[in-house]
Amino acid sequence: MGAWHILFFSWFVSLVATVGSLFFSEVMKFTPCTLCWYQRIFMYPLVVVLLVGMFPLDKNVFRYGMPLAVLGWFSAFYHNLLHFGIIPESAAPCVMGVPCSTVYIKLFGFLTIPMMSFIAFTIIIISLAWFKKRIANEK
Amino acid sequence: MKNKKNLVVFALIAVVGLFLGGMFAYNYVENQRMNFLASENSQLFVRDYAPKMGAKDPKVYLVEFLDPECESCRAFAPFVKELVSKHKDQVQLVIRYAPFHKNSVFAVKILEAARLQNKYWEALDLLFAYQPNWGNHHNPQPELIWYYLPEAGIDVDKIRSDMQDPAIMERINQDVADGKSLGVRGTPSFFVNGKPLPSFGREQLKNAVEEALK
Repeated sequence: MGAWHILFFSWFVSLVATVGSLFFSEVMKFTPCTLCWYQRIFMYPLVVVLLVGMFPLDKNVFRYGMPLAVLGWFSAFYHNLLHFGIIPESAAPCVMGVPCSTVYIKLFGFLTIPMMSFIAFTIIIISLAWFKKRIANEK
Repeated sequence: MKNKKNLVVFALIAVVGLFLGGMFAYNYVENQRMNFLASENSQLFVRDYAPKMGAKDPKVYLVEFLDPECESCRAFAPFVKELVSKHKDQVQLVIRYAPFHKNSVFAVKILEAARLQNKYWEALDLLFAYQPNWGNHHNPQPELIWYYLPEAGIDVDKIRSDMQDPAIMERINQDVADGKSLGVRGTPSFFVNGKPLPSFGREQLKNAVEEALK
């Protein structure tokens, strides 16, 4: 795969994650908890930043996208720790509204919403790193 | 370059299309489920113990899941009242609780205790009227409720003992459980003869009730 297509793949993952999260909140009416909002804050701009970096192909897009992806990854990681009960709920930052330990859906016994988020951020980070490597090689 | 643009446009259309298709399918399935619940398990909507207002043998059941500490419920209350009294021979309002806030359960217990004094609706009006004082989310002071109750001629001492009745907590738990089954995730949530509103709003509520009356 060329660098552009790797970037496209990365963007596509962020697009699916964004539209998917909007489906959960706007169609299925799940109220996003505080940690979900942090992950949204880091995921949504990726759709725009990565797309802009694709036309024309901008090798610097790694520099703009990666910090967002990494910060989102940490929020998702923390959120999963809560869901797995590794961090107790009382230590969670959100008490008002929906507690972050609320499990809305669980597909195939493991795929919760924060898990999807975690997987998406992980894929984006890996593909952005791959993109950077590929760009360096293509020079 | 052209191909790449096409790819992006195609991806966008595919994902947005999936969203819209999913929305349509989800709403359809939910609607079917509600219809099924309304026909097979009407108890989920109308429990015998629930407070009711309006027609005794109604054509239309208007079920409202509310929370005395919720601002939107407060804003909706006069409108709902007017709507029900306008059709009081055909519409019955059924109150169910969805205690989503910090002091909601406390307030609901007071409401339920007020029923024993036949002051339920008066108490509900009072709680809504003074909600900005006792139910302010930044500085809630639920104990203020005690000062307001006498305004409606409610015996506060009796409330204090009646509200401890474990039967009240059982009702609240049942309401919460029914709310979960019905997918109540916000307050107020309305069901008109078992059908949720297509979207939230006064107009939608009025239309749904008038449609059901036809």
